[in-house]
Amino acid sequence: MTTLLQTRALSKTFSPRPSVFARAASNLGLPLRAAPSVYAVDDVTLSVAKGEVLGLVGESGCGKSTVGRMIAGLLPVTSGSLSFEGQDITRAGAERHLKIQMVFQNPYASLNPRQRIDGVVTEAALYHGLVAPRDAPDFCAGLLRKVGLDPSYALRYPHQFSGGQRQRIAIARALALDPEFIVCDEAVSALDVSVQAQVINLFMDLRESRDLTYLFISHNLAVVEYIADRVAVMYLGRIVELADARSVFAAPQHPYTQALIADAPRMGAKVAEHRPIRGELPSPLDPPGGCAFHPRCPHALARCAVERPALALSASGHWTACHLVAAA
Amino acid sequence: MPLLEVRNLVTEFHTGAGVVRALDRVSFSLERGRVLGIVGESGSGKSVTAFSLMNLLDAPGRVTAGEIVFGGEDLRAASEKRWRALRGDRMAMVFQDPMMSLNPVLRIGDQLAETVAIHHKLGKAAIHERVLGALRRVGIAAPLERMRAYPHELSGGMRQRVAIANAIINGPDLIIADEPTTALDVTIQAQILYEMKQLVEHSGTALVWITHDIGVVKDLADDLCVMYAGSVIEYGPVAEVIASPRHPYTRGLIDSLPNGGARGQRLYAIPGATPPLLALPAGCAFAPRCGRAAARCASRPPPWEEAGRAFRCFYPLETP
Repeated sequence: MTTLLQTRALSKTFSPRPSVFARAASNLGLPLRAAPSVYAVDDVTLSVAKGEVLGLVGESGCGKSTVGRMIAGLLPVTSGSLSFEGQDITRAGAERHLKIQMVFQNPYASLNPRQRIDGVVTEAALYHGLVAPRDAPDFCAGLLRKVGLDPSYALRYPHQFSGGQRQRIAIARALALDPEFIVCDEAVSALDVSVQAQVINLFMDLRESRDLTYLFISHNLAVVEYIADRVAVMYLGRIVELADARSVFAAPQHPYTQALIADAPRMGAKVAEHRPIRGELPSPLDPPGGCAFHPRCPHALARCAVERPALALSASGHWTACHLVAAA
Repeated sequence: MPLLEVRNLVTEFHTGAGVVRALDRVSFSLERGRVLGIVGESGSGKSVTAFSLMNLLDAPGRVTAGEIVFGGEDLRAASEKRWRALRGDRMAMVFQDPMMSLNPVLRIGDQLAETVAIHHKLGKAAIHERVLGALRRVGIAAPLERMRAYPHELSGGMRQRVAIANAIINGPDLIIADEPTTALDVTIQAQILYEMKQLVEHSGTALVWITHDIGVVKDLADDLCVMYAGSVIEYGPVAEVIASPRHPYTRGLIDSLPNGGARGQRLYAIPGATPPLLALPAGCAFAPRCGRAAARCASRPPPWEEAGRAFRCFYPLETP
């Protein structure tokens, strides 16, 4: 299997823009306390093979969407590198990102309500010269058919469609640039269960027919367990576990992964019966020292509060960032 | 006698485009200390059921037929004054978004104290004790400090705990919770589900838990109502409904849930989409999407069968 996408120590820091007064003060050489930065993504190294589905899971604020946006070229990278098909695209412009497209969570927000569907679907391909204006109607009809919509829908507006149909339109828009790689950021989370199954099936059909590779970001573990080949689990900006999907769900190694899987409502599991993990995600403005999970971890050792565990390959074949797993 | 009995409840919205029947002959009952789960997709009428039960419908919505009997009292005949005495005291509601139900400019402690003071003539010290007790029961650490906090100073999970504390503070007979954990992360959801289960077991309060996620109510509820296009299409003990659904929609809903066991296979997907409530088919609302539908399904609505398990279908699935 060839590696299609590779990130190395990818990081994203959000720093507040200093106010006028702060800038004036620093120009005058006055000492000033810098406003705290948020380390949204810290040292994320991932590789995705051609044709693979990599699931990226974690709770809100863990940085999973930020990783997706950096890969899709929608957010500049603070440090680290990003390569696609063997070429470095860390600071490349939009042209280098055409083969990486994105499908967003909320199809009510991601479609312009005043733009007709043919415009939504073909605009990017026309702009980048991938299709001639006179071929655009046929091009649009072909894409709509691919996502299971009637070509006559091209002349309608987004409000005339249901949530599931809108998500199909968003998928057609992503396919218009003939991508190799699609970042799905909670792409089925806003859909009702019966419609969600239709859209998941569409993603899997497209994977077969167009040899697509996916980064599938979701908080819904049941969906990720079904769809992903490998799974990366994030906590407070860092990857805490990365392994084959079957193995992650059957035998999670990191205590956070274990808690996440035990707490997720799934048909096969009893959720309200067990004692759930305590506490909440700490603020990324003030992350705990050592392992970020140690204040909530039922097995934390003294060492966990001071020393941050590195992501290491354990005997079970999981990449895990945990002192307990490393010691075992 | 059950604590709550709902019989053939009909709620309609008179709009410019026509009459929308948001609830069509909804029936269920609930005993003290029991949990009823209501599941359905968007637009199925779950929230309208909650708002109808609490008499919180806004115009043009109106309950037009049916009965709501609560503790032996006919609530459809209750005056607005009687409702104000009931809501917040004997029956309480928890909404999906706690930012909408908490007042952003009042301290947590003052909001909870108000809920007590409106219904009970108690001294300041007694009210303070009650607020503290309610916050403790929903698992809030350092409740004394939290009482002085404003809602924006708390996390989403903590805010929803405060909203639940506000609902239980007067020891209601019935709590209606409308998607209370939908906006929360799974670890926080699991904490709240666990605490709600403990609360119901210890207090004897009856609970209606509305959700779109059958996995959430599976372990919490005793009975389950499955709603589709404004009707309850199946109703029975939760384990039975999930293990052997009688209505084809319930079966489809369960089969379309992704899980690791189905990896590599196509997911079952119910074809089509929910019909708009303004243009419901004449017969069974699910018939256009149903693999078992025959001619009569399209012509008239199926009756409410109550043979052991209640369902609304001419051609129910067999129980194994």
